[in-house]
Amino acid sequence: MIKRTPYRSFLSYIDLSREYYAAHGYSKPYAWISNQNVPFTKLEKPLTECRVALLTTADLEKPPGESKQERHLSRKTYAHPVDEAPEHFYTQDLQWDQESTHTDDNDSFMPLNRLMECAENGRIGSASPRFYGVMTDYSQGKTSKRSAPEILELCKEDGVDALILPAL
Amino acid sequence: MIPTVVVGSARDIVEECGVARFLFTDFPLGNPFGKPWDKEMQRSIMDMALALLQYAWQGRTTIQTPFKWSEDEKWRKIFMHISDNQLKEYKKLGDARRAEQAKVKII
Repeated sequence: MIKRTPYRSFLSYIDLSREYYAAHGYSKPYAWISNQNVPFTKLEKPLTECRVALLTTADLEKPPGESKQERHLSRKTYAHPVDEAPEHFYTQDLQWDQESTHTDDNDSFMPLNRLMECAENGRIGSASPRFYGVMTDYSQGKTSKRSAPEILELCKEDGVDALILPAL
Repeated sequence: MIPTVVVGSARDIVEECGVARFLFTDFPLGNPFGKPWDKEMQRSIMDMALALLQYAWQGRTTIQTPFKWSEDEKWRKIFMHISDNQLKEYKKLGDARRAEQAKVKII
């Protein structure tokens, strides 16, 4: 049976978060970035010759600080060896659906094992020996002018040809 | 510049921002690479992400995976839902948070 609804079927997180924060007494809604021009870089060689890497917004461990706000201030971009990946990434301070699901399985949001399999079975040339982390930031300037160039530098150090960004 | 693909579930935010490539799975936020412990689903999403890296030829290319979270899809009604009796509680939480933020700024 076809179900009809007056709304689009997928959730609008822009609408939901605006209403949620308004309920918390924040009068000025967050203004999401809306880029007119979207940069696009073509993959220049076959995947079988590419080194592929992963970038996450999750932390390796709970950052120092008593409150979420304090912990947020101590977060920074990082590169970390894949073979020393944490058993569990720290995700509790991030905004995801903690009621309906969980992040106990790293590969459901940071698929290092799945990427490694692709390197082993020849789907890609290799997986980067390091993965990268970036903090979620309300400041769009910090994200584009500071964090993104830092991540690009780390990728270049490791000879990365393509980057996968799983967004929690 | 390095080719990128975003894999996630907040479709409106990602598309509003605009990215080179986006692999969308209509799941609760938290598991953009498939259900926890479901290796086959995760492999399939990885395969689609790699295909998107390889075959997309222009920016703002979105592909949707075919996966469904659950039969009842109850999660859609729960997430960030605000009931009347939660309003007061949220206002209190917001006030406490603003006070804490002010404290952090002073430090």
